[in-house]
This record gives sequence, structure tokens and C-alpha cells, in this order.
Amino acid sequence: MARQRFSRLIAVALAALVLLPAAHAQVLPDDRFDLLYHSYEGDQITITGPSLLARKKIGQKVSVSANYYVDEISSASIDVRSYASPYTEKRNEFSLSADYLVGETILTAGYTNSDEQDFEAQTAFFGVAQEVFGGLTTVNLSYARGWDEIGQVTDPEFFREADRRLYRLGLSQVITKNLLLTFDFEGITDEGFLNNSYRQVRFLDANDARGYRFQPELYPETRTSSAFSLGGRYFIGAGPSAIYANARTYSDTWGIAAWNAELGYTYSLRSKWLFDLSARHYSQTAADFYSDLYPFENAQNFLGRDKEISTFTNTGIKLDITYDFSVDIFRFLDRGTVNLSYNYIMFEYDDFRNIPAGGDPGEEPLFEFNADVIQVYLSFWF
Amino acid sequence: MRTLILLAVLCGGLVSAGCSNIEPWVKPYERANLASEVMKLDRNPVSGSYMNHVHESREGARGASGSSGGGCGCN
Amino acid sequence: MKLHTLNVARSVLATLLLVVAGSGQTSSEAPTFSLPDASGNEVSLDDFAGDVVLLNFWASWCGPCRAEMPLLDQLSDRYGDLGFTMLGINVEEDSALADRFLKGTPVDFPILYDRANSVSQLYDVVAMPTTVILDRQGEVRFVHHGYEPGYENDYQDQIRALIRE
Repeated sequence: MARQRFSRLIAVALAALVLLPAAHAQVLPDDRFDLLYHSYEGDQITITGPSLLARKKIGQKVSVSANYYVDEISSASIDVRSYASPYTEKRNEFSLSADYLVGETILTAGYTNSDEQDFEAQTAFFGVAQEVFGGLTTVNLSYARGWDEIGQVTDPEFFREADRRLYRLGLSQVITKNLLLTFDFEGITDEGFLNNSYRQVRFLDANDARGYRFQPELYPETRTSSAFSLGGRYFIGAGPSAIYANARTYSDTWGIAAWNAELGYTYSLRSKWLFDLSARHYSQTAADFYSDLYPFENAQNFLGRDKEISTFTNTGIKLDITYDFSVDIFRFLDRGTVNLSYNYIMFEYDDFRNIPAGGDPGEEPLFEFNADVIQVYLSFWF
Repeated sequence: MRTLILLAVLCGGLVSAGCSNIEPWVKPYERANLASEVMKLDRNPVSGSYMNHVHESREGARGASGSSGGGCGCN
Repeated sequence: MKLHTLNVARSVLATLLLVVAGSGQTSSEAPTFSLPDASGNEVSLDDFAGDVVLLNFWASWCGPCRAEMPLLDQLSDRYGDLGFTMLGINVEEDSALADRFLKGTPVDFPILYDRANSVSQLYDVVAMPTTVILDRQGEVRFVHHGYEPGYENDYQDQIRALIRE
């Protein structure tokens, strides 16, 4: 039913988009090549890998882009430390997209394939972007469809599926010659096997030495969510520089409610250096069926102990440094930058406990951890 | 859900009001600041999409974390 | 309520007014103006009476404007001696970035500085760049909004036609 509501909204918005007076032609994105190295370290998980992006115009009306992304995972996370054994994994993701400039509109279509040993996800999307009201407003509409195939390393017969539909409406609005505002809405519906094929929940059991036992998690077969965000960017002469902020609220049919806010400052120094400092805070309340410790086996229709659906907050601080280097050496290059990004995030859980830390069942300390996220990348425009 | 309906009506309402007469209050030649590097909404798409992935894989919330547009008004 | 909105949308679609696209042909007297050039001397549009004139409103921060410049320079070289004048009108409040761009991409035709945007308003510049072509009588004959590769061919055809008139 939510799916119908979302589709109807997008259909009306699309009709309105067609009718609203368009500004003079949009511009296709610039040709570019990016080479990124990413690294995440936190909760005894290390995930590193490259991300390559290439984008090129073909003729005057079309721009194509391809992205190759890898996650090399080495995990001894809290769940692994609680009831499983450390593992390594590799995830490959490949995306292809094309932009087509027709009149005043840019049509985009794309496909992404994400592949790992026991999980394959495919996504196809279609989007429309249009500048209206003299170019002061940009409207984006998109629809995406996803198909997941879930397996299990320990059981070759295990095979489950999940489907996804995403509906997105985005607006960016020039308010003054120094102020830009953005608005985003995204509605997502999932259907199928939505939990993890390995994760366990725990329930009290006096007969067990630990005082509790594990059983596999069991999630509802559907999930519908909606998220709204508002953002702003304000230009300040010094530098030049800009201050930005955005906030998002989220809720879904699992009972998860969340909000996050970000505040940042971008400073450009002599057109060679760019510094970006930002802080982000995220806060979420648990899914209705979530519990760190159930009173007995099969206590509910749905069971979940994934910290991702628990009650928690995270606070992050991020610094990006960009250096624009001279590319006179390479005639065919317009511009090149080298970038470094460091993000420190602190996670604190309110109803997810740290079992390996020890203690009586349900009395273990609440879990918390910090993560370091590092990116090093080169960008070339030609 | 009422908000979604409101959005749909807004789109339709704008159409019926015949908003083709709205003059841009920021002229194209006044958009120098908006075209600046520091004002770009999606300055580093590869980095932005990676950060989005970092957040979404550890948080329950998903969606509405980025937009595009509002550029230099060229063409 | 949503069904009503859809019906309204459908009926408006039936009486749709399409937006004016790309270049439009017009005929009206070009407003006169005078702006400083790079040396600070006041240059007036009247100084070029009798010539076919192309006015190009541009800014250094505008990608398509930058792409167009070398092509405009070619046109200026080709037809400059045949009763044609090209004038680049920079619309930036602070000319420093424009001058830096011109140092890297020099052009032979005069650049005038409309720092107060008075001439941009006079010529109703609604897109960046905007190219206005005037005939020998000082009438506005062709207006191009924006720049897409290939526009320079239109400029060439129009300049040649106006020179021959």
C-alpha cells in the first residue's frame, strides 16, 4: 500500500515537472577520473579497498560513468566475539550509469551489482533532473528497484530473496546569491528475507551455564521507511568559504525512529587548498521487536538483536583536506586534486550489551566503540 | 503520509497557478558565489557515496542523504 | 484530493505553453551603453555604428562561457575586417578572476567590464552566457541563451548574413 502511495506521489511530481516552465538547458556532469583508497577500522573490523570512478561525455548529449568498488573485510566484530568465529570476506561492486540530456532535462539510468560470497545485490535505477524557475530550482525524481539473493556459507542449500523499491524526490533551491537550500524525501519498501542468515538473538535460560542461549534472528518480511532531510549552504566571503548544515528524520514500519544533524565549514585557501571540517550526530530508537535478551525461547513472532536496529547514538567529526595541483605537465588534463579525509566516529549503545566484557546476563556493560575512517584519493578532470 | 499528499498537491497547485511568470530573483550574472567550489553540494561524488555507505551499513536509517543541483546557472 | 490534482494536471497539459528554446529571432533597437575596457577607457556601443556587432555576456566562473571564448576569438579574427565587431562583456563584480582567465586564454577582441550589471539588466541577460547579435542599423537581430557546442556555427551563419545585408 505504501508502494502505491509512493508511486502516486512520484507520478504527480513527474507530471508537474513536465509542466513547470524549464530554465535554459542543464549541463551534463564534467568528465572525470577518481581513484580512492578507503579504510574503516572499528569494533575489531577492518574494511579497506579501492573505489575507481570514470565519467566521460559521448557527443554532446550523453555522459556515461562506471564505478568499481571493493571492500576487503576482516571481521572480529562484537557479534563474532559473542558467538561466532572471525572471518574475512571480499565484496565487489560494479556500477554503470548513463545521463542523457534531452532539452532542459537530464535523464539518468543505472545499474549496480554487488557481489560477495553469500550475498548478491542488484539495483537498477532511473532518474529525472530538471532546472526550473529560471534555473534557481533543481528538481530530482528517481525510482530504483533492487533484487537481493542471500545465501549461507555453511549451508549450500540456503537460498533466500529480497526485493527493494526506492522512491526519491529531491529539490535544491537558490534563495539568495549566497544561500542554497536542499530538500530530500526518500521512501523505501523492502520485501522478502530481510534479516541476516548468521546473526543470533539470545534468551534467558537458567539451564545453560551462561544463563542464556542463542537462536537465529527472525525479521518481518516487509519494511517500509520514509526519510526527510533539509539542508543549507551559505557562502561567506572570507576564503572564500561556506558554512553548511543538514538534518534528517527517519521512521519505518519496524518502529525505528532516527534523526541526524550535520554542521560543517568549507574553507578555500588561495584556490589551491580546500579544508572541510564537519561534525555529525546520529540518534536512533530501537525496532519494536528488538531485544538484547529475550525472557525465553521464541518469545515473539519477530526476534532481532542486531545493534544496527537497537537504540544508540553516534557522533562523528571529519576533516577533509584537498590540494589542487598544477596539471600543466599533462596537456589533456584540466584540473587535478589530491585529497585526504579523516573521520572519527564514536558509537554508544543504550540497549545492546557487550557480552564478551562479562557479567550476569542482561547486566553486561552497554556496548560502545570508536571507528577511524580514512580516505585518500586523486581526482582528475579532463 | 499526509506530508506526501501535501507535496503532491503543491506540485499540482503550482501548475494550476501558472507559475511561468516567476522571474528569477537571482540573475544568472549574480551567481558567481553559487558557482564557487565551496558551494558545491556534491564536491567529491566518490567520497560522498563511500561515506553514505559507511553510515548506512551501521545505522538503521536509510535514504534522503544527498541531493544535487543549484549550480552556476550557466546555459 | 490527489485525484483532483491529477485532473488539473491533465487539463493544463492539454493547453500547455512550451518554453522558448535556445535562440530567438527578434527585431528591436539595441539600447546604447558605455563601459570601461581593460585600460579604463570608456567604450560606447555608438563607436561601432554601421558595423555588425556581437555582444557576448560572460563570466570566468561559467564553464560554457570559458569554452566559448576561443571560438569567439576565431570569429572575431575571421570577420573583424569585414565590418564586424565582437565585444566581450564581463559581468563580474570583481574583475580579478576574469583577468586571470584572459591571461591564460587571451582574445583579440575588446573586453568591457559591466561590474555594476547595468548593461546585463538592460539586455535582459537571462542565462550565462548570452550572445546578442546586432545588425548595421543597431537593431537586435539574434539572441542566444547559453552555449552548447555547435552554437558557434549559428553565430557564423548569422554574422555572414548580416554582413551581406
